[in-house]
Amino acid sequence: MSTTTTFSNNNSGSWRQSRVLRQFLRNKLAVIGMLMLLILLAACFIGPHLIAYDELHIDLRARFAPPLTGGHIFGTDPLGRDLAARLFHAGQISLFVGFCAMIISTVIGTTIGVVAGYYGRWVGAVLMRITDAFLSFPSVFLLLALAAFIKPSPVMITLIIAVTSWMELARIIEAEIKSLRDREFIQAARMLGLRGRWIMFRELLPNAMGPVIVAATLTIARAILLEAYISFLGYGIQPPLPSLGNMLNGAQQYLTSAPWLAIVPGIAITMAVTGFNFIGDGLRDALDTRKG
Amino acid sequence: MIAFILGRLWQSLILLVLVSIIGYCVLNLAPGGPLSQYSLMPGMTKEALDRIAEQMGLNRPLYVQYVDWAWKLVQGDWGKSFRDGRPVLSVISSVLPATLLLMVGSTIISVLIGTVIGVYSAVRSGSVFDYVATVLAMVALSVPTFWFGLISIYVFSVKLGWLPAGNMMTPGDGSVWDVTVHLIMPSIVLALVNVAIWSRYMRSSTLEVLGQDFIRTARAKGVRPRRILVKHVMGNALLPMIALAGMQLPALIGGALVTETVFTWPGMGRLFLDSLGYNDYPVVMGILMFSAILVLLGSLLADIISAMIDPRIQLN
Repeated sequence: MSTTTTFSNNNSGSWRQSRVLRQFLRNKLAVIGMLMLLILLAACFIGPHLIAYDELHIDLRARFAPPLTGGHIFGTDPLGRDLAARLFHAGQISLFVGFCAMIISTVIGTTIGVVAGYYGRWVGAVLMRITDAFLSFPSVFLLLALAAFIKPSPVMITLIIAVTSWMELARIIEAEIKSLRDREFIQAARMLGLRGRWIMFRELLPNAMGPVIVAATLTIARAILLEAYISFLGYGIQPPLPSLGNMLNGAQQYLTSAPWLAIVPGIAITMAVTGFNFIGDGLRDALDTRKG
Repeated sequence: MIAFILGRLWQSLILLVLVSIIGYCVLNLAPGGPLSQYSLMPGMTKEALDRIAEQMGLNRPLYVQYVDWAWKLVQGDWGKSFRDGRPVLSVISSVLPATLLLMVGSTIISVLIGTVIGVYSAVRSGSVFDYVATVLAMVALSVPTFWFGLISIYVFSVKLGWLPAGNMMTPGDGSVWDVTVHLIMPSIVLALVNVAIWSRYMRSSTLEVLGQDFIRTARAKGVRPRRILVKHVMGNALLPMIALAGMQLPALIGGALVTETVFTWPGMGRLFLDSLGYNDYPVVMGILMFSAILVLLGSLLADIISAMIDPRIQLN
């Protein structure tokens, strides 16, 4: 028999949560992921105050300064702007876009998943087939087409990333809700005459919160990657606003002369995405009460 | 079997209709909607646009327009590229072989390497190798493909000079060997993510088979371990992987787009980006729909092949 973590259940909540926390902290990778993210967050939000340069300060005499020269820890770009200052600002933007996209896509995916799972039959079938149809498009193609058709602003980029990354979550939640739908406590709720909306979001959803949290964490990783892809290709966040992706946009042509332009932002993206993936994986293990 | 294939075909057909509806919505998001091809022409007036809209039937109800558009797609009329006036389908089919070559190359690499890593991880589950493979797979899933491509170019082309930095062939050459040399780096870069996914699934699939009774029976009979692994375990463990290959198709096509851009590989992904740059919306829409249809066909094929090999598979 499978037991599920109940977050809404107050009298056992603290115990369960601490057990989950302990499980999570025992996972080395998850802790490493947390550390990586903490370093990144500290760099992005405290770093700018420690650097003498502004990220928009152009100094043509200091173009292509290699890392660790002239007070530029990561060197400078083709306009002589400090790469570290730009990287920290870009990190803020990319993390923010990833986080917002996660919130929106989690809301979309959860709603569709819960409704499809609870009602089942043709409502569920229609919603899940729509989900499948969205999954049939390679997401980079869909994203680029949307980004090219819509005037790209950071808000729009966030929205279209969200619109193209809710499907996996919807599938997971649908399956989870389906397995909970016929349990006794839901039958009891129905007998009490509770409305469908209440049962779905107050009774069922809290019991499916584990997979939602895991999927949401992994969605941030995915959103940061997707933003990097489309910004690298020139259809995402537009300069002069830096993002981790668009910093790599011009890097290819300077690969021979200034490789740090490609190496530094790439490592930052990889760190951010790996961090969230490690945490997501750790959460999956910690929240999975079935394992023990 | 026939019932399975028919049922699965029916499912794909419904999905195709839904996919086309989404595609049509995207098309209507283009600046000027279906009129985009005309509204961008120099010297186009509002009156002329209205007339074209009338002629194109854009004042009809939306669903009539959709049916019209979809029916044209079915008939193979996908519009004309307004870069060179060629029909969209022939533009796409001219670059398709390059993309397919890249995808096949990378699939061969990821299946071979992924299977070896996955099986070895499962056999030695809990070992250092298994742990390192797990961690590396997760890191591989987190590395942006284009960045991995850039770094590979920097190392293997710029620094070491071992492999060409881009394109499909040296101008004036084009022998099988030349294309193969050009294919190596892009297909490895594209394979990275799939090696990670394939090895993870192969590991769990192998672990599952290893725990089955018939493996114990084979061991008890005294079949040699190598023979058990190759004949009994891998055959069964590879079976669910066919469906995985179908499921991974969208990611593979999407990854091909990015890889082609970095390596200036003359395929569908590059065409897509070039068309975006030229506001060539008919081609953009064409490739979007084409890739979705490719995905539907791929997963249909994967499911049918799995069902043919494994009679236990039922239509859900």
